Parts: sequence; structure tokens; C-alpha cells
Amino acid sequence: MIELAFWILALIVVGTAAAVVLLRDIFRAALLLILCFFTVAGIYITLNADFLAAVQVLIYAGAIGVLLIFAIMLTRNLKEGNPFNRLKLPALIVALLFLATVIGVVVSTNWATVTGVSQAVEMPVDQPTTGYIATALFDQSKGFVLPFEIASVLLLAALIGAIVLVQDRS
Amino acid sequence: MHFGLEHYLILSAVMFSIGLYGALAKRNAVAILMCIEIMLNAVNIALVAFSRYLVPNAVLLTGQVFAIFIITVAAAEAAVGLAIIIAIYRSRQSVDVEQADLMKG
Repeated sequence: MIELAFWILALIVVGTAAAVVLLRDIFRAALLLILCFFTVAGIYITLNADFLAAVQVLIYAGAIGVLLIFAIMLTRNLKEGNPFNRLKLPALIVALLFLATVIGVVVSTNWATVTGVSQAVEMPVDQPTTGYIATALFDQSKGFVLPFEIASVLLLAALIGAIVLVQDRS
Repeated sequence: MHFGLEHYLILSAVMFSIGLYGALAKRNAVAILMCIEIMLNAVNIALVAFSRYLVPNAVLLTGQVFAIFIITVAAAEAAVGLAIIIAIYRSRQSVDVEQADLMKG
């Protein structure tokens, strides 16, 4: 069941990602990118990550998708569309070499070497993850409280920076 | 091959390569930003797959926590990146990265 869902979702993810790169109309590319984000949320569900799937739909498909469409609307140049640059062929070679390397490593590695990680929060399969993620984030000894606070400061700085960059100084 | 970690890692690698190709070969700055988002999503898939399949019959939450941090940084990056693109468009009436070469030696 999960295997069938994975194959369908994987086909849609790869197809939409390729279409984002290959389509000439950048607006359609952005809409397909949002579909790609939704499908990645489905992949998270097959991986027992329900909270992350909800976050993916809210932040990627919602916020970042709307932001991208705004930017396209504000900067759209109908004549040019979404062309390739001079590096089309070298970039394809680099990407294919990278893909071959990573697939070779993934296939030839024996992944079943880890038996237990003492520093990580574990949970049983097929349970809701939200409470366990709260433990993993905010636990006194194993948690990520300082990175969490730094991430909030980073978001604030990014918001202020974006406002300063786009304001009209004239 | 038994269904498991390798399938997700290969999907992640394919998606990352598509994003890498687009980020290197596109001229429109917004398209490059979209391809970077594809690459970040590919990395997230790999992290969540490790969190699910590295230890059999258990989920290690650290991978999902890392994915949450990556989503946070991606949101900040998209906001600042699009603001920079709009600022460049204002001054040059173009989002073609080959024309934004003011700092070229």
C-alpha cells in the first residue's frame, strides 16, 4: 500500500520538478512547483511524518508559493519567458554526473549498520508525531532549544531585511 | 531490492539533480530561486527518510527536527531572495541574471 503510494507520488514529484525546469512559461512553472510541494507533503505522510506534511502544505505550498507568484507578477517579462542560458549543456553534464555519483553511493552502501542512537528521541511507527517532535525540540537534555531561538531571530532579521530591500527610497 | 530507505534516497537524488540543473542553466532569477526550493525539498525528503528507516521499527525524531529547521531557513531565504530580485528589477527593468553583472571584474 505505502509502496504503491510512494511510486505514484514519486512519479508526480519528478514530473512536476522536471516541468518546472523545462517549461517556457514561468507562471505555469510556479503553479507546477506548488503541485510539487503538495506531493512532497504526501511523501512525508508515507514516511510517518504527519506534522511535517502539515508544515509543508502551510509554509511551502501556502506561503512560499504565494510569495513566488507575487514576485513573478511584479517582475514578469512576457517576451523573455523562462529561457536557458549558455550553460545548458555543461549544467546538464554536471547534474547527471552528480546524480550518477549519489545513486552509486546509495546503492553500494549498507545502511543497516545503526542499531540505536542514545542521543536521539525515538518513537514507535504509525503514531502521531506532534508530541514526540515537541519533546525532540524542547527536551532539557536532548532538545534543540538554542537553535530554535536562533531560527526565530533569523526569521525576524529576514523579515526586516526584506522590508528594507523593497521599500521605495525616492 | 527491498522497499525502504534506498528508494527515498534515490528519489531525493533525482529531485536534487533536477533542481541543480535548473539552478545552473536558467536565466530568470525567479526560476533559479524556484529550482533552489526544489533542491531544499529534496534534502528534506532524504532527512525524513533517514529518520524513518535508519533504525528498523522506530522513528528517530532528529531528522524531522532538522527538516523543520530547513523549512524555516528556506522561508527566510525565499523572502530575502525575492526582495533582492524585486530590487534588481526596479533598478534594471530585468530579472535576467546575465545582465546583473555589476560586480564582474
